[in-house]
Amino acid sequence: MAQQEVSFAVKKGLAQMLKGGVIMDVVTPEHAKIAEEAGAVAVMALERVPADIRADGGVARMSDPELILKIMDTVSIPVMAKCRIGHFVEAQILESLGVDYIDESEVLTPADVAHHINKHDFKVPFVCGCRNLGEALRRIGEGAAMIRTKGEAGTGDVVEAVRHARSVFGEIRILQNIPVEELMAFAKNIGAPYELVKEVHELGRLPVVNFAAGGIATPADAALMMQLGVDGVFVGSGIFKSGDPAKRAAAIVKATTHYKDAKILAEVSRNLGEPMVGRQISNIPEQDLIADRGW
Amino acid sequence: MEIGVLALQGDFAEHLSILTQIGVKGREIRLPEQLEGLDGLIIPGGESTTIGKMAVDFGLIEPLQQFGLKKAIWGTCAGAILLSKDVHGKQPLLGLMDITVARNAFGRQVDSFEIDLSAPFLEVQDGEAKPYRAVFIRAPIIESVYGRAEVLLKVPHGQIVAAKQGRLLATSFHPELTEDDRFHSYFLELTR
Repeated sequence: MAQQEVSFAVKKGLAQMLKGGVIMDVVTPEHAKIAEEAGAVAVMALERVPADIRADGGVARMSDPELILKIMDTVSIPVMAKCRIGHFVEAQILESLGVDYIDESEVLTPADVAHHINKHDFKVPFVCGCRNLGEALRRIGEGAAMIRTKGEAGTGDVVEAVRHARSVFGEIRILQNIPVEELMAFAKNIGAPYELVKEVHELGRLPVVNFAAGGIATPADAALMMQLGVDGVFVGSGIFKSGDPAKRAAAIVKATTHYKDAKILAEVSRNLGEPMVGRQISNIPEQDLIADRGW
Repeated sequence: MEIGVLALQGDFAEHLSILTQIGVKGREIRLPEQLEGLDGLIIPGGESTTIGKMAVDFGLIEPLQQFGLKKAIWGTCAGAILLSKDVHGKQPLLGLMDITVARNAFGRQVDSFEIDLSAPFLEVQDGEAKPYRAVFIRAPIIESVYGRAEVLLKVPHGQIVAAKQGRLLATSFHPELTEDDRFHSYFLELTR
């Protein structure tokens, strides 16, 4: 339609439709079908889940377009795909495929150590990771229409996801309560655009949807992140690296809806089989941590 | 007056904040017993497959169907899909409205858009009927309207994007994503 406009409202609007939901990493069309049937609100099409990227080493890049297209053909829910930080050509390719969201992701090997993609240039919306409020607002400044806290992907250890969510929400609570004349210094200290700092001061929240990611492996983990205040969760390796992916996926979806109801959480947590093995983050050498990629 | 917003998944918080803005009490609904005492219900935007699955898993389908026989329900986007009788596919529906809906009918997210629609039935502001700015996100089209349902709004290319059947209202677009609360006020009229 000729009168179409891709406004920022339309870009961040899709993320608003995903709220209260679970976005699942999938590596095959069969996985995508399992995720959709379990109630996923979207899938992230990948060649390897983060736990395998971590184990295999080497350079992790955008997935084969063939795989992404097959997954798009298989499910009716939105399909997201990852490009490397700063790799705007991978992003152009993903946009041309018609994916619904691009994750400019630290889980892949960064293509640019200094600059992220200018996301305003694209019709397709972007989601980006953050560890704190400054990083979130820098990404939104570059055009991200959705944010996710990074956590530490591929570990099954929720500790970093909690750290990053507490950091973002804690800084927002402080920002909400400082007088207007202190906003510029606050912006300077966290390295964020002044206009966005002012907006968060007024709104008391990020101006875009904020999911949690990186280390969520159980229904209780998902509900924990929801109770901390995120709008929804990404589950990567946690589902398809577990003993019974379909059952665990459905349980995590239910836990995300009923995140405040401990009785339902207890019910859905029963007999899920083996969770992913997981790696305790404190035992991972610092140079192998993914969340420090990007700035 | 109290309006429930189905909070299984989707942008229910946006609906609740507009209800607050127009001075109406709203409440999140996740379980059948919570429907008690409501004057109307909104089914928000979200993923219709997810909302439908949660509605089945938590025993909400029949209670919602019963609710819709007596009280007003408004579905926006995914909510409109749930209200319909047919979506050309296998997924849980309430089947309350005589409409057939085609999901994601304008295309994928890169085809999502905003557009001004002429909606003369909405409240007039400052003495003139202002156009209504509608936001479409991977939106469905109401393909056919039959039986007791009637067409309410079309986009300029002719596709039906809003329909009404007694106290039931279906919109392909998202009034909860705008500052304009006229559609919410219109829905409140249907609850009376």
